[in-house]
Amino acid sequence: MQNDRLIIAGREFTSRLWVGTGKYKGFAETKKAIEASGADVVTVAVRRVNITDRSKENLLDYLDPKKYTILPNTAGCYNVEDAVRYARLARAAGVSDLIKLEVLGDERTLFPDTAGLIEATKILVKEGFIVLPYTNDDPIVAQKLVDIGCPAVMPLAAPIGSGLGVRNPYNLKIIMEMVKVPIIVDAGVGTASDAALAMELGADAVLMNTAIAGAQDPIAMAEAMKYAVYAGRLAYKAGRIPRKLYATASSPIEGML
Amino acid sequence: MAEAIQIQVNGEQRGCRADATVGDLLRELAIKTERVAVELNLEIMDRKDFDHCSLKQGDRVEILSFIGGGAPMDAQGKGRGFVHAE
Repeated sequence: MQNDRLIIAGREFTSRLWVGTGKYKGFAETKKAIEASGADVVTVAVRRVNITDRSKENLLDYLDPKKYTILPNTAGCYNVEDAVRYARLARAAGVSDLIKLEVLGDERTLFPDTAGLIEATKILVKEGFIVLPYTNDDPIVAQKLVDIGCPAVMPLAAPIGSGLGVRNPYNLKIIMEMVKVPIIVDAGVGTASDAALAMELGADAVLMNTAIAGAQDPIAMAEAMKYAVYAGRLAYKAGRIPRKLYATASSPIEGML
Repeated sequence: MAEAIQIQVNGEQRGCRADATVGDLLRELAIKTERVAVELNLEIMDRKDFDHCSLKQGDRVEILSFIGGGAPMDAQGKGRGFVHAE
């Protein structure tokens, strides 16, 4: 596993667990949780600077850009125009061409609007963005996103923040077999076994926020997720035994009385 | 002293010197220019132009940066609690 690096658009990542930075009690807790998770990619949102209270600290003061890849998202965008605008703002703010593209379809489910996602992806790829799209667990859409030029796709496990875990392992498995770019399972993980399952299915990485930030002890959960993703990856590489309906004895019959 | 003009910054009305540049505004607000994006009347600015671009009466300026975020609702600060499976 020493050389088991994740490579996306020529960038090498050491961790297969990526984390969001929302919902924490404060920046100190955010920083500790990220450190405990071992993640080297962290997602951030783009929002108005608070101009009335300049005493507020900035999240990025807590995150060393040399240590972490900062992945801005277009969270909160419900149409193509907004998503493209926020992506351009993120790039203008000067981190990189990387964007986690979200075009949401509905406030209750926060499911992606895949038609809008495809449209926004086309625009941004043309403008030189490295688009990592947050998408549904739909293999056809995933392939379309790759055809447009996405160097990875990010299908959901379950609705954002739902903690339901992998709801459609079969679709995710089909995406992993069909699509020849890294698959990052994004959103819906609830606990360590969910993350392990996503990795056992063959995901290249898992991205989560609420499962860690919303846990009673976020730092401990961050550590649990680190091991879960690592164990799931090892199990995937090791190759699990096939499922069988009946028993197969582990001990030999020879030598019995 | 130069004549004052009214501009809108992040949705709020604000007075500023008629000869002020976007760079002056950022300095006045004590905003570091690295990792900040500025939109002037819906056009995203190149940071190289901050000190050359003078503000005009009625200009709409948006100053954005990165905040903690993963899920959309977190980022909007709404929070929506947890939905339990059972």
